[in-house]
Amino acid sequence: MTTKKYETYYVPAQSHWPIVGAVALFMIAFGAGNYVSDLAKGESGLGGYLLLAGIALVIYMMFGWFKNVIDESMSGKYSPQLDASFRQGMTWFIFSEVMFFAAFFGALFYVRMFSVPWLDGAGNNVMTGEVLWPDFTATWPLIKTPDGTVTQGMGWYGLPLINTILLMTSSITAHFAHIALEQDRRPQLKAWLGVTILLGVAFLGFQVLEYSHGYSEEMKLYLTSGIYGNTFYMLTGFHGMHVTLGTVMLIVMFLRILKGHFSPKSHFAFQAASWYWHFVDVVWVMLFVFVYIL
Amino acid sequence: MTTDVLNDHDSHEGEHHDDHKMTGIKRWLYTTNHKDIGSMYLWFSFIMFLVGGALAMVIRAELFQPGLQIVEPDFFNQLTTVHGLIMVFGAIMPAFVGFANWMLPMMIGAPDMALPRLNNWSFWILPFAFAILIGSFFMESGAPNFGWTFYAPLSTTYSNGSTAFFVFAVHIMGISSIMGAINIVVTIMNMRAPGMTYMKMPLFVWTFFITAYLLIAVMPILAGVVTMLLTDTYFGTSFFDAAGGGDPVLFQHIFWFFGHPEVYIMILPAFGIVSTIIPAFSRKKLFGYSSMVYATSSIAFLSFIVWAHHMFTTGMPLFGELFFMYCTMLIAVPTGVKVFNWMATMWRGSMTFETPMLFSIAFVILFTIGGFSGLMLALTPVDFQYHDTYFVVAHFHYVLVTGSLFSIFAGAYYWLPKWTGHMYDETLGKVHFWCSLISVNLLFFPMHFLGLAGMPRRIPDYALQFADFNKWVSIGGFAFGLSQLIFLAVVIKCIRGGEKASAKPWEGAEGLEWTVASPAPYHTFTTPPKID
Repeated sequence: MTTKKYETYYVPAQSHWPIVGAVALFMIAFGAGNYVSDLAKGESGLGGYLLLAGIALVIYMMFGWFKNVIDESMSGKYSPQLDASFRQGMTWFIFSEVMFFAAFFGALFYVRMFSVPWLDGAGNNVMTGEVLWPDFTATWPLIKTPDGTVTQGMGWYGLPLINTILLMTSSITAHFAHIALEQDRRPQLKAWLGVTILLGVAFLGFQVLEYSHGYSEEMKLYLTSGIYGNTFYMLTGFHGMHVTLGTVMLIVMFLRILKGHFSPKSHFAFQAASWYWHFVDVVWVMLFVFVYIL
Repeated sequence: MTTDVLNDHDSHEGEHHDDHKMTGIKRWLYTTNHKDIGSMYLWFSFIMFLVGGALAMVIRAELFQPGLQIVEPDFFNQLTTVHGLIMVFGAIMPAFVGFANWMLPMMIGAPDMALPRLNNWSFWILPFAFAILIGSFFMESGAPNFGWTFYAPLSTTYSNGSTAFFVFAVHIMGISSIMGAINIVVTIMNMRAPGMTYMKMPLFVWTFFITAYLLIAVMPILAGVVTMLLTDTYFGTSFFDAAGGGDPVLFQHIFWFFGHPEVYIMILPAFGIVSTIIPAFSRKKLFGYSSMVYATSSIAFLSFIVWAHHMFTTGMPLFGELFFMYCTMLIAVPTGVKVFNWMATMWRGSMTFETPMLFSIAFVILFTIGGFSGLMLALTPVDFQYHDTYFVVAHFHYVLVTGSLFSIFAGAYYWLPKWTGHMYDETLGKVHFWCSLISVNLLFFPMHFLGLAGMPRRIPDYALQFADFNKWVSIGGFAFGLSQLIFLAVVIKCIRGGEKASAKPWEGAEGLEWTVASPAPYHTFTTPPKID
């Protein structure tokens, strides 16, 4: 504790990036609110454009803000203590992401354990089943909902299994890249990181393929296909968004490595991206088990 | 804890900070200074408090007598909804984050929060979120009208069309809270001065530490549940619709899994503030410091396994009712530890009764009343009678107004000399206290009787037998609302001038914040103090 260096904690100067980001978030939220509301009313307004402008502004803000941070870091203003702040901050951010997924997993477990069986009269709900939907039978995947929407369950064999292998492999290659960086073997670093990115992109490609398969006439597995389709698309969809974000992070790291950034001792951004990648991998394993197999 | 400040903190300005303090609006828009950001949080929260209070005044005016006088029922629902949302997310929570920003770095001997730019971002997205929420009053759809708990299907199938704006505003509030909480956790874990071990931290720091963990854990759950709400309302999913295999009760489960830790997020920092003030004016050390830390942690842990006590009447399986009833009653144990510790701290202390102490003592008594009514609500069989009545309204206003809000007042009076460099007007402060104390009890105490007699919450009209109590409640409400303008006057007067405050204006106060000048210099503890 006392051996830490405290003398040089870097408190940055005033910055305009946060307020730019705040305006951008406002544009996104207000734009999306208008867009969705108009959608429901069957109108078309300017909400969509505001939303897109907000997203563009967020991307601009991130470029500027991160450039600022990278410049400061490269010019040696940061202390080990600040590095620890970044690491801890990233850890807790990932924890908050875990809790976001926990909400959707919680919903999945609840409907499977409780609400779907109850609709079929489980527990003390005999009359619920009898009075509301007497023809309903509880199954999982819920291929026929109480109001009669029919769909099919997505098997775990095939694309999902391939995707599991791809993503788990990519977690290992990301780790190899990290080791290579720590040992200052730049060619290996580039190679392993490149492979990780390719695996990530391949995963996303296969997921698009899987979705198009789900949305095909034969499967009829839509977002609106009752609680099975809801949980399937929301869980895999949010995961896919996180994989996309993770891939973008890794690509940025790749470009920074090409520019000669990072050293064996100082590479917080790389580490953060790598942690994030491992996190999306763990979430996928949970998905594979609870959404596909069980 | 003895402190020995090695450096003159003022002389190092600019050396380790790229500090060129801007002037005018840019200073506040671009700032990375924890004191600036803390002040902005506190002002924002006070403005929101007045806005939310104004809505409450309209509610009380409508309820002054039976029948419909002033507003339409639908608008009445919008008022109660937005009043609740503003007070929870706009007034109480930002006020505590403001305290955290101002005081945490000074209390642990850090130069600033760990992530100063993120800190600015956390603050500045909040006004935009509330602009959307309050702005929805002026939209075609009207403001959210489904209660601050936004139960499905009120907020999905039967929504007035405001759900989308509500959802995105809540998303931004959630992002703000998560970022703010990450900043607090990292600051406390990483920025403590050498020698300040965890068990040497002021209890104030401990309570904010634990609160921040709760925030990081449950705000994403809120984000998840509003996202499901959004897709249910607009994109045809059926999470909360039995026809598609979902369940409206699922909404309540997920919401209260967030919601119950949320209520502790609003009370644990209050414990921290009161635990700072009572020892200072009793001129004794806090009784049972470590038991306070463990009690706070226990309350935080228990908050995750009691959520369904809000749902006793939803037809849960019997096992669930019993489990959640017993777990809830268990919370009384660590909370009791705290109350007894506060009393033991005062016992045979050399007490004086300045305004912060008055608010703190009122906190202990009135919060305990709120705790007792909470214990009554925790009992499943009797909750069947109390559920959704004014008894519930009385309960949570006792813990939130005479609990959280009174602690905020206490803390504000206590640290105003440090913030502004001036003593506040003690007489005016005492007037504020006594007006608030009397009016708040007139406002909320009769609600217990109304609830027990069967008056439901969230209605614009009521049966004749409730008329007398409601009249007094409304009078108390107006008086309480007006009393808060005294507080505004005290604060403005204190900022503009007054008796100069010394570095440590309170004789019995302890902590690093009193080792720096009043007002606290723009940068404090650029190099950390040494703690023995």
